Formats: sequence, C-alpha cells, structure tokens
Amino acid sequence: MIGDLFERIEWRKPFRYVGMVVWIGVAGVFVIVAALWVINGSPTKVESYQTGYRGVGGAQLEFESEIARLRDVNQMPESEEPYVPQEGDRLAKDVYENVQVLGNLTEDNFNRLMASITEWVSPEEGCTYCHNLDEGFAYDGIYTKLVARRMIQMTWEVNANWQSHAAPAGVNCYTCHRGQNVPEYIWFSPEEYPNVGPSAMYQNRAGQEVPVAASLPINSIEALLGPDVPIDSTAIQVQADSERAPNDSFDYQTGTELTYSLMMHFSDSLGVNCTFCHNSRAWSEWDQSSPQRENAWYGVRMVRTLNAEYLDPLQETYPEHRLGPKGDAPKASCMTCHQGVNKPLYGASAIENWPELVSPDPTYRQETAATD
Amino acid sequence: MATALEYQNIFTQVQVRGPAEAGIEIDEGADPGRVGEGTFSSLLGWFGNAQLGPIYLGGWGLVSLITGTLWFNIVGFTMLASVDWNPAVFIRDLFWLALEPPGPEHGLSVPPLMDGGWWFIASFFLLVSVLTWWVRTYRRAISLGMGTHVAWAFAAAIWLFLVLGLIRPILMGSWSEAVPYGIFPHLDWTAAFSIRYGNLFYNPFHALSIVFLYGSTLLFAMHGATILAVSRLGGDREIEQITDRGTATERAALFWRWTMGFNATMEGIHRWAWWFAVLTPITGGIGILLSGTVVDNWYMWAVEHHFAAEYPVFWDQPTPNPNLMEGNGDAGAYVPNNDVDVGPYPADGAGSEMTQ
Repeated sequence: MIGDLFERIEWRKPFRYVGMVVWIGVAGVFVIVAALWVINGSPTKVESYQTGYRGVGGAQLEFESEIARLRDVNQMPESEEPYVPQEGDRLAKDVYENVQVLGNLTEDNFNRLMASITEWVSPEEGCTYCHNLDEGFAYDGIYTKLVARRMIQMTWEVNANWQSHAAPAGVNCYTCHRGQNVPEYIWFSPEEYPNVGPSAMYQNRAGQEVPVAASLPINSIEALLGPDVPIDSTAIQVQADSERAPNDSFDYQTGTELTYSLMMHFSDSLGVNCTFCHNSRAWSEWDQSSPQRENAWYGVRMVRTLNAEYLDPLQETYPEHRLGPKGDAPKASCMTCHQGVNKPLYGASAIENWPELVSPDPTYRQETAATD
Repeated sequence: MATALEYQNIFTQVQVRGPAEAGIEIDEGADPGRVGEGTFSSLLGWFGNAQLGPIYLGGWGLVSLITGTLWFNIVGFTMLASVDWNPAVFIRDLFWLALEPPGPEHGLSVPPLMDGGWWFIASFFLLVSVLTWWVRTYRRAISLGMGTHVAWAFAAAIWLFLVLGLIRPILMGSWSEAVPYGIFPHLDWTAAFSIRYGNLFYNPFHALSIVFLYGSTLLFAMHGATILAVSRLGGDREIEQITDRGTATERAALFWRWTMGFNATMEGIHRWAWWFAVLTPITGGIGILLSGTVVDNWYMWAVEHHFAAEYPVFWDQPTPNPNLMEGNGDAGAYVPNNDVDVGPYPADGAGSEMTQ
C-alpha cells in the first residue's frame, strides 16, 4: 500500500506538493507544541487567591514561575538574638569614641549590630566600607559612615513612627540593601527628554522602567512621593468625591496620568494587581477598598517623609558617583523595600532581634533574649 | 477544471479589463477636477475594483490634502525632534511618542510653540482638513446625483472628533483637555479619562455607544453573511432586489424569520446598519461631552440614580477613609490593625479558601 502511494507521487512535479507539505509541517509543529505543553505543564500557569467580594474581580494572580523566583530573592537572613543587658554591662559610648547614634547600646549588642550591618550592606568590603582602620574606627572622613548614621536614624523613624505602615515586621538594613552597598531599587529625578514641551518631557518611552506598553509619565514617583511633595498632599486622589464636585487638587488629565503611573509602580513593587487595594469600579471609594489601601495611604506619607527628611538631604554627603543624572541623592519608593512582594521579605520580622533598630534606647524582651 | 466564470467575493480570480471608466460628464468649472486617466492594478482587483482613478481632486480636496499633509508632518517631525532627530530611535519609540496639547496653565490661550504650540497648529490644520474632506464627500455626492448619506455618516464621526478636540476643551476652559497625538499617548489619555471621571462604564451614553458599536458589528456580520449566502441566487444585486424582490431576498427573509421570528427588509437592513454606525460616535460624543462639564464622577452618578450594584463588605469592617481621621498623617495617632490579612501570601501556594 505504501508502495502504491510511492508510485503515485509525481516526482517530476514536486511543487505540486508544496501546499500539502506546508500543512503537514504546520500541523506537526502544533502537535509538538501541544505535547510539550501537556508534558511540561503550562509555562504561564497562574495561581490566584481571593481579595474581594466574589464577582468583582477581587483576585490576585501570579505566575508560578515568578513565585519561585520571588521566594528565592526575598529571604530574611538569620540573625543572632540580642544580649539582654546585665548589671555592669558597658555602653558603647563609654567603650568607643565618637559613637553618635548607637551610644546607648551595650558593647555586645553594639558589636552584634555592627557585624550584622556589615553582612547586610557590605559583605565584601567588610568594616572598611565605612571605617578607615588606619585612622581608627572613630574617624568620620568616609562618607558611607555619615550616611550609615543617618540610615540608622531613618530605620528608627520607620520602626517607631510608621507602625501604621511597617508594623509588625518593621524594617532593618537588609529590607532595602539585600547585601548590596546601594539598594537595588532606588530612584533619581528623571531627566527630561529634549525638544519636547513640559507636557511630554517625562513621558515613558520604550525601555523605561514604567509599564512598557504605555507612555505614562516617568516622573510620577518624584511628583507624588518625592522630597518636595508635602507629606499630606492628596494629589494622588484624582476622582471627584461626588457626582458633581470638581476636584481642584489635581491638574486635569496630566494629574490623572501621574496617579495612574504611580499606581502601576505600586502594583509592580508589590507584585499585586489593582484589586489588592481597590474595587476597580470605584477607585476612590474607601468602604469598597481593602484594608491594604489604608496601609498604603500611610506608606505614601512615610515614603514622602523618608525622602524629604532623610534621603534627599544627604545629597551633600554623597560623592558625585552616587548622585543621579541631575545631581540629586538616591531616594526611596515602594520598590525599595517591597521588591515585588506585598510584604517585604514575605513579612519576616526585621526587628524581632533588633530592638536597637526601633529606638536609640532599646527595650529587650527578657523571655526571648539569650541570657548566657 | 474550474470554470472561467468562478466568482468569489474577496479574492476575485477573474478580472475583466476594458477601457478605464472616467465617470459621468459633470461641470467641473474652475476646479482641478478629475486627476489622471485611470490605471489598473491586479492586486486591487483581488479585493475590489481593479481600476485605480481617476480621482476627483477639486478645490476642497486640494485644501484637505494639503492641510492633512501639514498635520501629518507636524506630528511626525515634532516626534522626530523629541528623539533628537534619531531615525532609529524614532522607529523604536514610535508607539510611545506624542505630540501633546499644552499644559493646563495655558487655558484657552494660544500656547507657546514648545508647550503645545505645535499641537495647536497641527490641530488647526487637521480641523480644516477633516472639514474640507467632509465638504468634498457632500459635494461629490450631489454632483453624482446621490443622496448625502455618506457625508452625514462621516459627520457623525466628525462630531466625536470635534467634541474631543474642540468643543469639550472649550467648555472646560483648557486646551489641555484635548487628546494627544500618538499611539500609546492617546490610549493612556482614554484610560486616564475614564479613571478621572469615576469610571466611564457608568456613563449611560458610553453604554449606548458600546451597544451601537457592538450592534454595528453584529449587523455587519448578519447582513454580510446573508447576502453572501444568497449571492448564488442573485442576492448580491441588492439594489435590484429592493425594488424587484427575487428568490434570493425571499429566502434571506425566510431564513431570519424562521430563525428569530423577525426579518429586516432588503432596503431596511441598510437603514439599521447606517443608524447603528452613526449613533456610535453620536452617543459616544455626548458621553464625553458630559464628563467634567455636567458629571464629575459617573460611579457616583450611578449610585445617585440607583443603578450601581451594592456589594457586601468583604473584610471584617469597611475600610475607613484615613483622610477623615483625627490627626491624619500623624502616624502615631493611628493604631494599626495588622491582624487583617486578605489571604495567604502568593508564595504560600494554594489559593484562598474564602468563598464569600
């Protein structure tokens, strides 16, 4: 039978069979792809969990492949438990010279913290990233040491004053630094595009960090979370709060696009979609929003505070190579801590072992602290 | 093998060639009038009539083409300037690039060249171009002794165009309200517009526009399919069938009457289609025009008029508006409720068991 078929092929007219061959090829490719899809599982398999009333799209979706990656990069490193101060323990300010912010720590806890900061921020450079061993540990001539002091104060600010956003996990150096001298997710004032007016000079282009298939403004973080934004600014809220009530707090379409762009940053930073916080039919309605939105509301104010009071003023302390294209200091956004996860480091406590990072006068929990 | 008379509606395999058809004699006056003698293209012939031209240019057409070209070039060259005249980047970023209207601070004044001025000039040329093209569709129809249905259908689209770029910006008191030129920029504008006005899906005119839009596609599919299905019986000769109903029309009518009880007529189906198409931009334009001028938040409007569904609170309690809380922004005044959790963290695997 095969032989019959073979005989019937018109070898002298090969082009007669081009169409048939193409279709067999297409079908074959389809079969192979389908088989691989079934054998290996869908590469786009998604996991979901519910975050809103049924039927309103209140669900979070994540690619399974992405979950594994996020798990890997968002692990809080182990740390030593604190030493509960005993009678007669000496304080760092009495033991060492020039201890300006951590002076009230006991010597042991001070050294424990210094060792961990090294691990969190400069594991390769070690102590010398901030200290000049020839000049002595008290030497203040290295900018990183000055910055580190301010960063410790900033950590106190977050852990003590912004429990509304950061409790109960809190933050430590690792929350942002992740073993790097400079946290991966910082931002600078973006440069304007040339030859366009103010209304398009910050528009997203191909290859920018903002959602790629949009031309939303790339300066939304600066415009809404930047150091010059009043802490209590409500400029993010662009919807009128009643059927006929002009909202004067924003400037027309451009203001809405800034908000839209910022919300995409939130979404990106937390690895969630809009319905994590909102019922998407009515963005502004608080009683249809999740408690996470309230948390974010405080987060917005926290980030503005950190940028205005801690990060931006360090501009003069940094050497030039740490500054942005317009000469501004590196600053924080949601991504700086969250790094793709809705609770940074999956909610692992950053302060459990670090009362020193909550307050300059730490209180130690007797029952959990090591006693020997 | 296949007969020479095989007839297909999209890819016409047989193309008949004769002398080019110039059209009827009309008084072309001082107009540039008809341009070219007419040529033939096999490629065009596959899709429609193989004859290309002559085209009737005319004074209005000439103005329209010149102003349209100016608009196109101003948009293109301002985009090219915005990538520092780099053609490679221009191509890479083309979908992202924009010619934006001026900022809100300029109101309805003539804006500076680099802050919406080029947009202003380009828009003026586009306005002239579109309006003169409309005059052209009207005048060509008259000179051919036709009705002016095409011109009025085009006018419906022009209505939406005018609302977006001229009427609503004037009512709002700012050119910044107009739509930017650019692929993603105009899409972003659209999304932001809906967000800003509290969800355009609650705008009843937006809803009507969608009904007519989707209705148009449905009618187009139904009518196109019906005529193709009866073309072997002469149904494609629709005009003749309107006045002298043949078996094709009878069967088409019967098909729909048997299928859904009702059928349009061979003449009436075109009125259905025309009105659905025309009402899409008319109602859409009304919806846009009312946003920000009459209604600022369509969701609130829907609540006011009792057609926004209410859903139970999904969380332990409604989330309070922190803007209204005592000492807002003073984080110390707030006792966080961190026990609230809407579900497992994504990495915890299995989806939520909540089924509320």
